[in-house]
Amino acid sequence: MYNILEIKNLSVEINKKKILRNINITMWGGQSYVMFGPNGSGKTSLLMTVMGMPGYPVKKGKIILENKDITKKTVDERARLGMGIAFQLPQEIKGVKLIDMLKISAGKKPNQELSSDEKKLIKKFMLDEMLDRDVNLDFSGGEKKRAEVLQLLFMKPKVLLLDEPDSGVDLESLKMIGEEIQRYIEKNNASALVITHQGHILEHMGVEKACVLLKNTIYCYNEPQKILESIRKNGYKGCLRCMKRRIKE
Amino acid sequence: MFKMHEKKNKRIKSFKELPGDITRTAETVGIEETEKRRSGSFLQLDESALFARVIGRFKGQIEIMDTKDALEKYDWLHNYYWKLVDMDKDVYTKKAEKEFMGGYFLRILPGEKIQFPIQSCMYISKQRCKQNVHNIIIAEPGSEAQIITGCAVSRDIKAAEHIGISEFYVKKGARLTSTMIHNWSMETKVRPRSAALVEDNASFMSNYVILNPVRDLQMSPVAKCIGKNSVVRFSSLLHAENKSLMDVGSRVELIGDGSRAEVISRAIAKDNSKIIVRGVMQSENPTVKAHLECSGLLLGSKSTIHAIPELLATGEGIDMSHEAAVGKIAEKEILYLMSRGLTRDEATALIIRGFLDTRILHLPSSLDNIIRGLTEKVAEGL
Ligand SMILES: Nc1ncnc2c1ncn2[C@@H]1O[C@H](COP(=O)(O)OP(=O)(O)OP(=O)(O)O)[C@@H](O)[C@H]1O
Ligand SMILES: [Mg+2]
Repeated sequence: MYNILEIKNLSVEINKKKILRNINITMWGGQSYVMFGPNGSGKTSLLMTVMGMPGYPVKKGKIILENKDITKKTVDERARLGMGIAFQLPQEIKGVKLIDMLKISAGKKPNQELSSDEKKLIKKFMLDEMLDRDVNLDFSGGEKKRAEVLQLLFMKPKVLLLDEPDSGVDLESLKMIGEEIQRYIEKNNASALVITHQGHILEHMGVEKACVLLKNTIYCYNEPQKILESIRKNGYKGCLRCMKRRIKE
Repeated sequence: MFKMHEKKNKRIKSFKELPGDITRTAETVGIEETEKRRSGSFLQLDESALFARVIGRFKGQIEIMDTKDALEKYDWLHNYYWKLVDMDKDVYTKKAEKEFMGGYFLRILPGEKIQFPIQSCMYISKQRCKQNVHNIIIAEPGSEAQIITGCAVSRDIKAAEHIGISEFYVKKGARLTSTMIHNWSMETKVRPRSAALVEDNASFMSNYVILNPVRDLQMSPVAKCIGKNSVVRFSSLLHAENKSLMDVGSRVELIGDGSRAEVISRAIAKDNSKIIVRGVMQSENPTVKAHLECSGLLLGSKSTIHAIPELLATGEGIDMSHEAAVGKIAEKEILYLMSRGLTRDEATALIIRGFLDTRILHLPSSLDNIIRGLTEKVAEGL
């Protein structure tokens, strides 16, 4: 096991508003992390910041990828260094086809062929008939999610940032997506940071660690099942109460 | 009425007899030197028509010749000559009539479906050349054909002017696609004057592609849908850079019952260039349907796009609509591509390539490939 990604004391402010406060996460090769948190707590903002999307100015802290400080690197530099993201709300682009996106993700030129493994994966993701459509334009919710994860896998990243890959995905696709991600992680000793509300995708992945993002900061680190059960039982209010107790202690 | 072959260049038999730099430039506007996948060819070099020919197996299906020769040969052609474009419309039409230098006459015979495109090349190779051509195209009833017209100027030409009159007659049940590709220079002034008459159940698809600089271009082809269920589509891909000025419009008059029209333009303005995109749809017939669409992309802070869509509808039940959107490239789109590993420049080029979407031209793949190749070059050059 080795240290793939370290997020150290990360704080982000947009227009003087604190979006993220003192975030600390360490990810190991071959192991994945899940992050829970209510709507608006800052989960997407964290992934965007780690990916290097502009508009999330880092006020404090560092992002370290394989012992290299990437805090100041641009989004495309990070992508080429092995960071990849599947967006919660992927962008539509008129005139750019899904096949273009897949080739770009695989680092191929428009006139280069995809490999037979890549073609198989496209079939498995049930996207073979959508390749010539403009990316994400009029895709169904589930199709968008499948297209995002597939692009991510084509990139062969070391770190997979997955923003609600299971929202709106049918049960069969969910199993397929989860298993493919897991297979990739094990084979490549990569690591995923998964955001999920319901936790469904965890049934098909081997996720060892979990945390809760509440009010822009991480309140709790624990095992995924424990956190999920506690949220199901007591809601995020329970997390807050637990936190206060721990602060007193 | 006019003198034959005045100031005439020597006639030739094929593109192969031309100097290499001319054929190479002609290639950038879709002209195939080998004529392998063409059914006929025409070449106007400067003031005169150099050759016109039908490729062997298409003989008897199409006819192509210098308009001057055609007017001599066919008396009836005078019923088509200057009958759609008004000779007194402006100084350019008047000049084209007074200083008539040929052009091509093309006739697709009744019921013939021509498998390969017919190509015509209008080329300027002489300094200060003023080229005035007059083309007459007749698609006889039930015929189907693709025309590709490529207009270009040699790179070293300091000043030139091109006036092109084109009259298209699309008869009952005929389907005609005309694709015009221009490659001029910052020293060329261009004034095409075109009109089309579309009869019952006939369709006229007019594509226009200009991706290279031009000093000053102004055109506004007119199509009259006189026939029942006639269809007209004007599609254009415009890319202006440097100080280019492009004023490109089109006008469709929907007269016949159930006639339909669509005008789609994609315009990119860069540097200090200006593009005016006009579109006029006009009808008094409640059974018609028409849509006008213009998308403009501004690159840089000094370029201008002026979109002027106009709908002139009289009477209840007419279905006409327009959409226009002008702006810069969405930053979110660039970032999405960058998150997959493209640099900002690569992402921008890809979006531009997608914006100049050749699919709007609905061309067969051999022609689509040519134009896609051109748009890709433009996108890479940015
Ligand atoms: N660019 C921005 N400008 C202003 N506020 C922003 C911006 N981006 C995010 N926010 C705010 O930051 C907070 C966190 O948003 P974020 O999208 O990270 O939440 P989330 O935890 O992913 O929520 P959800 O579960 O609904 O996806 C929200 O209150 C949001 O409105
Ligand atoms: Mg979110």
